Amino acid sequence: MEVSVWRGAGDRGGYQAFSVPAHDNQTVLDVVSWIQQAVDPSLTYRYACRVGMCGSCAMMVNGQPRWTCRTHVKRVLEDGKLQIGPLRNLPVIKDLAADMDPFFDKWVKAGGVHKPSRSRAEPIQQVSPDEPGRVVANTAIECINCSVCYAACDTVAGNPDYLGPAALQRAWTLYNDVKVQDRQAILDAATGPGGCMNCHSQGSCTRFCPNELDPLSAIAGLKRAAAKSFLKGRG
Amino acid sequence: MLGLRLYMAQRLSAMVMGPLVLGHLAVMVYAIQGGLSSAEILARTQGSVAWFLFYGGFVLAVSIHAAIGLRVILHETTGLRGLALELFTWVMGLGLLIMGARAVAAVTVL
Repeated sequence: MEVSVWRGAGDRGGYQAFSVPAHDNQTVLDVVSWIQQAVDPSLTYRYACRVGMCGSCAMMVNGQPRWTCRTHVKRVLEDGKLQIGPLRNLPVIKDLAADMDPFFDKWVKAGGVHKPSRSRAEPIQQVSPDEPGRVVANTAIECINCSVCYAACDTVAGNPDYLGPAALQRAWTLYNDVKVQDRQAILDAATGPGGCMNCHSQGSCTRFCPNELDPLSAIAGLKRAAAKSFLKGRG
Repeated sequence: MLGLRLYMAQRLSAMVMGPLVLGHLAVMVYAIQGGLSSAEILARTQGSVAWFLFYGGFVLAVSIHAAIGLRVILHETTGLRGLALELFTWVMGLGLLIMGARAVAAVTVL
């Protein structure tokens, strides 16, 4: 099959064509690895677990963000061709390796750091799995930080300050977590500069999330909470 | 490029606009089906506090809603930010308010 792979660093670069042998069972990551191992050892890309847990191998495949280790070539091949590029909306370090710093910086900015309500010396807080907040929080805890939603988001593309779906979904998770003491602080962070209000509800995040999570609904939840908070006088 | 206050202003102005748009459509259908002339319409609206509040409220809501919406579009398409974006928002809002207020005054003020 014909595979074109982005080569370059920073803003400069272009697609380089490779001819790769096709197999029945072959992931996009297999294709990239084959090129690196058999043709050009200087090809730079990132992966670790190869089983869809670590979230490090996401790339643009035929223009769409995918976790490449769990994406079968035959599902995404278009006219026998494959185009593989670095994740959208992030700076490129080299070739297929995107710089994830802005993604994780925004994770922190959105209030995504867990600030526990109890100290190490106190007994562990009991959390009922049936508690409504816990049920909501559970819906997003399988996020693997792959940045596929962030690359899929057109609002991030138009508004680089926007915190993005993953960070805001994390904020919504913590906002509903009974172990978090200062929920208002999370809401303040998620409604700060570039916050949840900037989302246009286009839903690409939910459409592309490889773990089938729903950041769109999480952001809608944050918007509702923010509106209620505003109407109570915390504007 | 949208803080919580602007976001709420846009949402609340949309809530005001919703029923007013439906009311405006209903009035248009009624006026046309009844065959009212311009003079007959003006005779009903001029000097009417109710129509002044109806269309005055509509113009105010539109000015707020559209200015914020255009601000977002401009920022996301051109990257404009800072003072220039603030100025654009105010000019759009005040411009729409002045133009709308002139129309409301012409139709409802004696």
